[in-house]
Formats: sequence, C-alpha cells, structure tokens
Amino acid sequence: MSKPIKLRKGLNIRMKGKAEKVLIPEERPGKFAVKPVDFPGVFPKMCVKPGEEVKAGTTVFYDKKNDKIKYTAPVSGIILDIIRGERRRILEVVMEARGDDYVSFGKDDPEKLDATAIKNKLLESGLWPALRQRPYHVVANPDDTPKSIFISGFDSAPLAADYDFIIDHMPEEHYLTGIKTLRRLTEGNVYLSLSTESTSNVLKKTPGVEINYFSGPHPAGNVGIQIHHIDPVNKGDIVWYVNLQDIISIGRLFNEGKYAPDKIVALAGSEVEKPRYYRTRTGASISTIIKGNILTVRRASSNNVRYISGNVLTGQKIEPDGYLGYYDSTITVIPEGNYYEFFGWITPGLNKFSLSRTFLTWLMPGKKYRLDTNMHGGERAFVVTGEYEKVLPMDIYPMQLLKSILVEDIDKMEQLGIYEVAEEDFALCEFICPSKIEIQSIIRKGLDLMAKEMS
Amino acid sequence: MKALRKQIDKIKPHFEKGGKFAIFRSLFDAIEVLIFVPDRVTSRGSHIRDGIDMKRVMITVWIALIPAVLFGIYNIGLQYYQSINVDAGFWQMVWFGFLKFLPLLLVSYIVGLGIEIIFAQIRGHEVNEGYFVTGLLIPLIVPVDVPLWQLALAVVFAVIIGKEVFGGTGMNILNPALVARAFLFFSYPKWMSGDLVWIANLVKGEGVPDTFSGATPLAQAALYEVDSMPSVMQMFIGTIPGSVGETSTIAILLGAAILIYTGVGSWKIIVSVFAGGLGMGLLLNAFAVNPYMEIPAYQHFVMGGFAFGAVFMATDPVSGSQTETGKWIYGLLIGILAILIRVLNPAFPEGMMLAILFMNVFAPLIDYYIVQANIRRRLKRAKSN
Repeated sequence: MSKPIKLRKGLNIRMKGKAEKVLIPEERPGKFAVKPVDFPGVFPKMCVKPGEEVKAGTTVFYDKKNDKIKYTAPVSGIILDIIRGERRRILEVVMEARGDDYVSFGKDDPEKLDATAIKNKLLESGLWPALRQRPYHVVANPDDTPKSIFISGFDSAPLAADYDFIIDHMPEEHYLTGIKTLRRLTEGNVYLSLSTESTSNVLKKTPGVEINYFSGPHPAGNVGIQIHHIDPVNKGDIVWYVNLQDIISIGRLFNEGKYAPDKIVALAGSEVEKPRYYRTRTGASISTIIKGNILTVRRASSNNVRYISGNVLTGQKIEPDGYLGYYDSTITVIPEGNYYEFFGWITPGLNKFSLSRTFLTWLMPGKKYRLDTNMHGGERAFVVTGEYEKVLPMDIYPMQLLKSILVEDIDKMEQLGIYEVAEEDFALCEFICPSKIEIQSIIRKGLDLMAKEMS
Repeated sequence: MKALRKQIDKIKPHFEKGGKFAIFRSLFDAIEVLIFVPDRVTSRGSHIRDGIDMKRVMITVWIALIPAVLFGIYNIGLQYYQSINVDAGFWQMVWFGFLKFLPLLLVSYIVGLGIEIIFAQIRGHEVNEGYFVTGLLIPLIVPVDVPLWQLALAVVFAVIIGKEVFGGTGMNILNPALVARAFLFFSYPKWMSGDLVWIANLVKGEGVPDTFSGATPLAQAALYEVDSMPSVMQMFIGTIPGSVGETSTIAILLGAAILIYTGVGSWKIIVSVFAGGLGMGLLLNAFAVNPYMEIPAYQHFVMGGFAFGAVFMATDPVSGSQTETGKWIYGLLIGILAILIRVLNPAFPEGMMLAILFMNVFAPLIDYYIVQANIRRRLKRAKSN
C-alpha cells in the first residue's frame, strides 16, 4: 500500500439513517425514465415517440451538439410520455417496463479491439455518458484522448452508499472486463482511489490500475479532489472519470453484449424506517423501493418529506414516484423544513448541526442529526471569510473563484482553477455558507460559461 | 407563538407590494424574520444547510461584546464618582453609567437602523444584520460625553459613506464603526481628545477638585509622565478613563475567547495584531530615547484601544484581509502601525483607529499578492508537465 494521501480539510455531516448492510432483491417497478437533466449541457434530440416500443439499449435521444452520443432505454417496454418543464425543456422520458428484451451489441474482448471500436460500442449502447470529463464536469467528448482516467472507489458524502458492500455483491468478471476496457481508452494511467478504510479485496486487488489511498473527511471521496492531488488538470488537459457501478455495466456490455445497467442503491435518511440496500436499475422508479418504508408518511399520513436521487449535498429532488438518476447510487429521504422557527437564530440550538461552534451542539461530538431542508436564514452578500477554505481540500481560493464567476471574468476564472472543479466539490461550501449563497449553481454557471467560451 | 404567527400572517398582505403599508415593507420584513426564522426550504444545490446564518454570526459577536459593555457601564459611574470625590455604592455607579450609556446606544441604533431600513426598501432586499454589531460598537469607542447630535451625524456618515455607497454590508472597504469614530475625531476634535472628555460631566467640571486630572494613560505617556500612570493591573482590569468599552482588557479578552472558540472571529488576526504590537514595542524599547519608548512592550496591550481594536475591529471579515495567509500579514501590520503612531507621532495619542483604517485600505492589496502566488503556482505546475 502506497503512502495514503491525508486530507485535513472537509466535514463529515453526521446524519441519522445510514443504510444497514442488508441487500433486498430487485422488485422491478412498472415505470422507468431517462432524464436529460442528469447530463448538464446536453441538448436532447428525441428519437422515439410516445407509444413506441423499445428494447433495453434502444436510442431514446441523442445530443444535438454531438450526435454520436446516444442515450438509451434501460429496459424494454413502451414509451409513455415526454415530460417537459419551463421553456419546453425535456425533463423526463417516461416508459413502461415490459418484458426483458435487449438490443444485441455483440460480445467482444476489449483487449482485442482498438480504441475507436470500443468507443463506438459504448456510444451505441448508451454507456458512453458514464464517462465524464474535467474540465467542465460534463459527458466526455469521444474525439478526445484523456491524459488519464480516474475512478473513485469510495463515496464519502453523508449517508452515501458503501462501495465495498456494493462491489462484493456484483459480478466480479464484469468489473474486471470494465477495467480492461477503460485501460484501452487512455495512453496514461487508470487511477483507482480508495479510502484507507476500504475493505473490499476486489477493489484492493484490481489489476492494471494505479491505486491511491485517501484518508480524511468528505469530500475525500469526490473524484475531483482525488484528481487534484494525484494528476491535476491544467489548461489544455483532459481527464476522464467513471463511477464504480458503471464500470460493471461497461464490463457486462462486452461480456454479454447487452446494455443492462443494474445497480445496487442505498436507501438512506432519517425518514426511512429500514434503511437498506436494494437491487435496481438506472432510471427505475423509486416507488417499489420506498413503499411502506417512510416513517413520516406512515405516522402523520402527510407527505412532508423530500426524496432525493443522490446524496443530500448534490442530489436531485424527485417525487415519491420519481426516478433514479443516471449517476446515482443513493436515494435519500429527509424531512422538509417548511416551518417557521420562533427566534431560531438566538436559541441554544440543540438540534442544529454546524461547522461553527455557535450552537450548543458542539458539546455533543457524537450526536447524529435529523436534518431537514430549512435554509435556516436568508440570503446575504459574502461577509464571513475563511470558512469555505475549511471544507475544500484543494489549493484553490473558493471565494475569489466564485466572485470571478459572478463578474464573468473568464481570464480570472481560468487562473483561479475553474478547470479543476465541479459543483459537487463546492457542495460543502454551500452547506456551511452563513450567507446562504447558492454556490453550486454559481460554479455550474462558471463551468457552462467557460465551456462556451472555449468551444 | 402560534397565535403570534397567525397574527403576522394576517397583517402581512398589507405590507406587501400594493398593500396599504407597502412603504414599511422592509421594516415589517426585518421584524418578521427577527421573530421567526423563515420557512424557506432549499430548492437547488445542497438540500440541507448549516444551522448558522448571518443573524447567528452577529448575535455571537454581540454576546462577545457584553462583558465590555457591562464593564463600560460600571466604569462610567466609577470614573464620575471618583472625579467628584464622592463615595458611591456599586449599583449607584452602574445606574449612573447606564443612564449615560443608554442615550448613546439608542441614538446609534435608531439612526443607523433607520438608514439601513430605508436603503433595504429602496434596493428591494432584506435588511442586513451588519448594523446590528456596528450599532453596538460605535457607542463603545466614543467618549462618554460626546454630544448626541454629533454622534447621530457620525452614524449617518458611517452608514451612508462608509457602507451603503459601496453596496451595503459585505461590500464596504472600511470598518463602518471606525469610520464613525474617525468622522468624530477629525470633525469635532474638541470632544474626542484632551483630558476632559473621557469622564462624564468633567467638561462642566461641577464639583471636581482643581487638582483632578482626567487624563488617560495614553495622554500621560505621551507627556512622558510615566510615573503618574495607573498600575498595569489597574489598566488590565480597566478602572481607568477612556472610551466607553475599551478600558477593560480582561472584559475584552473574555470576548476574544468567545469569538475564537465559536470560530466567528479570526484567531489569526487577533494573535498577529498582538504579535505585531509586541514586536514594535520591543523594537522601540531597544532604541529608546524617551520614557514613552521605554515602557515595557506588553504594557501597550492594556493601554487605550489596542485590545478592543485587535479583538473587535481588526477581525471584521469584510474590511479585513480575506485570505488566510493575508490575515497574518494584515494583523501584524496593524499591530506595528498602531504602536508606531502611538509612540512616535505626537499628533495622535492613539494609533489603533488609524492603523486599522489604513490596513483596511491595504487589505485588498495583500490579498491580491496572495492570490497571485496561487495563480503562479498553477501556471508553474502546468509548465512542469
């Protein structure tokens, strides 16, 4: 084991409702969806109409800006509806699952294919979007060759799924083929980052990758933080990264010739009666997973809870019959915070979690919290300094970068390190911000602006 | 509580745009969010948020100031009864001090918050909490007998010119409380310096023996009357003449402990201001040619506004340096300049105010160089690949 990279900055938010290591078999829900909103910067061009029959792997839409990148159906069935939001933006393509038919992409040994053939196979099957890139934290461009590829082997976010548990319950042969495939896509290294607390031998003994160990609080598990410390992105560099579970789907594509994005997700959060792991599939409706398992709904027969596809810091708000996002391995359910709090800013705050020690809860270092979605205050200008730095383990000046984005100063953004960051790396800054500034949105705006400027 | 909430919800429509009392919208908002933290929930980004908000930050500073306020009130009474040579009981002194302090506080808050609310209404945003602290700081850094109309004028100047013209809380360059003090200092020097203004009613001089002097230790030191200065212990406790809240080092240190422990005030700035002051004091000791330069370096900490400035003024995150490395440089230079001005410039008996204002102006420059170093590191890394 090489010397671990020790991160001191960051914050572990201690929340109630961590998933117990029990795996529930799949109960396939009736509905699935492909969500263009999972992919920032993608302009979907629809290829199917409501009523059309599709197989798992049939193209649902492609990206207008790069028509090679296809987004496909995760199961076979019938397209039900195309749901649009403001300005007719496509939010979800909903389908009804029927049967178990797959488009055949053919079995292949990735070590006998050249990079172009591998790319084509990934592009056709709908697994290409699993590859994302820095700069800009968007779906990778198939015309590039990255200087290296990164995999984060652990998720440090609050209540996030335990990758050790997941990988031990997934077919190892697919994982190994997936890794082989990735190695064909770069001339540089494939890096796998593990926590010093990682236990899975499958992960620790992954062949053909360079393994680095990290210790420290969240966001140590964020791939952007790992890239920054191992092989940072400079101007002109391109680095790709893949989520662990998607590597298994990629391996399966080559081993079995089909797109079957099976996943294990953690259902977690204070409002879940029995937080556990569930077998399911990308795009699945969460309805069968949460059914009868949400405390508040059962107790008060009200529905005042928030369902999140992803973790509490970066996930997407979804409805109780919403769908699992493309990149997500966690479903979190927490209470909504739509209540008024009488003189909340002056109370001792025995149920409030804070990085600062302005609430009495610092007297209870092990306490776990039932945190809700209340903002705990109104939005203000930047006032307090030196706080963001405490939770961002990167050699980057967060406030200065944010201000350069707000004034749209392209040169400054570049100088201050915009190529290295993604909104998820700033999620903790947003959480602790006493001015309640929507930092992740600002970072996304900066990334979009930069991508537009450089294209 | 629920009844109150109901009442507020009932009258709320009148204060919204188009309502009968729309002109008081900002005032109503300010009071509403003061009583009830809003029910607003997260919509984009992180679904959960830290319990802290600007109000909590400000109330923490406020709590940290309470020891200095209480001691200041007591000291107003103590100094007064000493000056007229009357033996007074503890509560008598506190009551006297309270009656003297209350008008200062009321003028500061009514005038300051009034302007803040008007600006919030014009700009269409919520009333900022910034003045919540500034409003308490201002009466603590002025002499007790400052005429109220002058104080009101200073507050108007500080809030409008010192803050709102830059865009409000978070955008200002100078510390607003010190802007108020500087305004008084340069516009009405008669009421801000000399030996008569630091003790209540001394200007009138009724009942004061001829031999009594109301000089502060700083003034005595500047005249090289080092021998007649109060003892270090007395200055540490704070039973000396001076601005209302600045005299008691021990009360200020209590506040510093609260600021540092909660993480609201930057310990880096506080420590480095003291380090800078100590360094400059030792340097002056080494080259001492007069009695003021000879006084032990640490003694500067208990005299005048040094401790108060270091703990409550230099740590203002908006007007200070915003980078962590910059905070060390910023604090050190404040400490050095304050002692330098104090000891070597006969025109200004106290250097803290000017040192902090001066470094407020230079803080962005310090930050600029710190950030440039980061940019160079990144460029170098790109080239070495």
